[in-house]
Amino acid sequence: MIELTYSRAADAADAVSRAADGHTRYLGGGTNLVDLMRETVETPSALIDVTGLSGEIAPTAGGGLMIGAAARNTAVAEHETVRSNYPMLARAIVAGASAQIRNMATVGGNLLQRTRCTYFYDTDGSRCNKRVPGEGCDAIEGFNRMHAILGASPACAATHPSDMCVALAALDAVVHVRGVSGERTVDLCDLHRLPGDRPDIETELEPGELITAVELPAPGRGERSTYRKVRDRSSYAFALVSVAAALELDGDVIVSARVALGGIATKPWRARRAEEALRGQPATESAFGTAADAELADARPLAGNAFKVELARRTLVAVLQQLTDGGRP
Amino acid sequence: MPMIINGRETPVPTDARVSLLDFLREHLELYGTKKGCNQGACGACTVLVDGERVLSCLALAVQYEGRGVTTIEGLARDGGLHPLQQAFIDHDGFQCGYCTPGQICSAVGMVEELRRGVPSYVTDDVTAAEVPFDHDELRERMSGNLCRCGAYNGIVDAIGAVYAEQGT
Repeated sequence: MIELTYSRAADAADAVSRAADGHTRYLGGGTNLVDLMRETVETPSALIDVTGLSGEIAPTAGGGLMIGAAARNTAVAEHETVRSNYPMLARAIVAGASAQIRNMATVGGNLLQRTRCTYFYDTDGSRCNKRVPGEGCDAIEGFNRMHAILGASPACAATHPSDMCVALAALDAVVHVRGVSGERTVDLCDLHRLPGDRPDIETELEPGELITAVELPAPGRGERSTYRKVRDRSSYAFALVSVAAALELDGDVIVSARVALGGIATKPWRARRAEEALRGQPATESAFGTAADAELADARPLAGNAFKVELARRTLVAVLQQLTDGGRP
Repeated sequence: MPMIINGRETPVPTDARVSLLDFLREHLELYGTKKGCNQGACGACTVLVDGERVLSCLALAVQYEGRGVTTIEGLARDGGLHPLQQAFIDHDGFQCGYCTPGQICSAVGMVEELRRGVPSYVTDDVTAAEVPFDHDELRERMSGNLCRCGAYNGIVDAIGAVYAEQGT
């Protein structure tokens, strides 16, 4: 780790005013950034600690919920309103990492955590377009069992690792951002970029912009929702496939569906094609399969991850079936 | 503002790069907290900060100014073992012992989470105010602490023996 300075931000304006140059990083719980600095993937010369900023979780006038970016992941998962109105989010958070890490990690940091592609971490031995734009990608022709089947480019197939973001994508969350020129909002689904030919540019944030809060719209009425994660071991592992889904049914007919996928895409993947295919259809296994096929039609598996296409299909069908049957989450 | 480590005030390091784990071990010679993977994958470095379990390897010490840190050395009371330490001995909760300080600190933090009703991935109903203290919940909640000797059954028995009868 290279030498660096550390200071605490008094408030969001103070943080933003001091982060103008490109060698400064905001520090949340440190669960990803400290590791990346130790591996010299990240080499900031200054850290601005933003854990003292708002982590308040409070209802909004519109019936939704505003979550301060400094809220710890555990604090969100255990919050009474999150558990009752957005159970999919509580379940997604506790599907991620370990309890120790969830106690440390902030909401803002979770959104901006970086891929766990092993080639991205291997600064000494591997080429990576995320680290060094244009140098090439050793994952595409390498060991890519964990990599993306959706949203990848010839330059990068690294998955976005977050569970929380998958639920936030399905929930139409809105990210509040502050920069030197003021405040703005970005839909969570638009926050992360597809890699294209610039996988090093991962979000729509401008340099120095700070995430200050995540806003959840009012919960859908009469919706059943859940989050399911499939991984190599039953706990404390990144997703092979994950599904966040909410269904609103009228009798046996699907009025609306909200679906997002994790573990298989280069960003938290809102499955709008699946949603479109489900709307107005009878809630049957056949309709669920058709919807999954619609979403996965563009899947482009690499040599090591073709299994994810079928695994994603089966997991999505199983989750929708479960929401229809009212079975165990 | 100093850090309070096992009840003792200690100035935080001036070098911001020092992890809480290295601060404890290398600066303060508190060797009870173990360095396993040093990248947040094994849980051996688990300590309690104001009662909450965290990974000291991913924590920069300077960030914990003014906070209360409890390590395995701080759990014993009045010269006697913490009940959980004794239970790990009684139930064969370890073989080599390397992961044990992290396991015990983690379990102490976990019980508080259970008492607060924090849900886990195996909680059937995340809206329920109370979480059952059962075998599946305990294993899921301790999944952040690896034991390469495979003493998991003993670990689960030890934690269960201390806390289950108290109804957490």
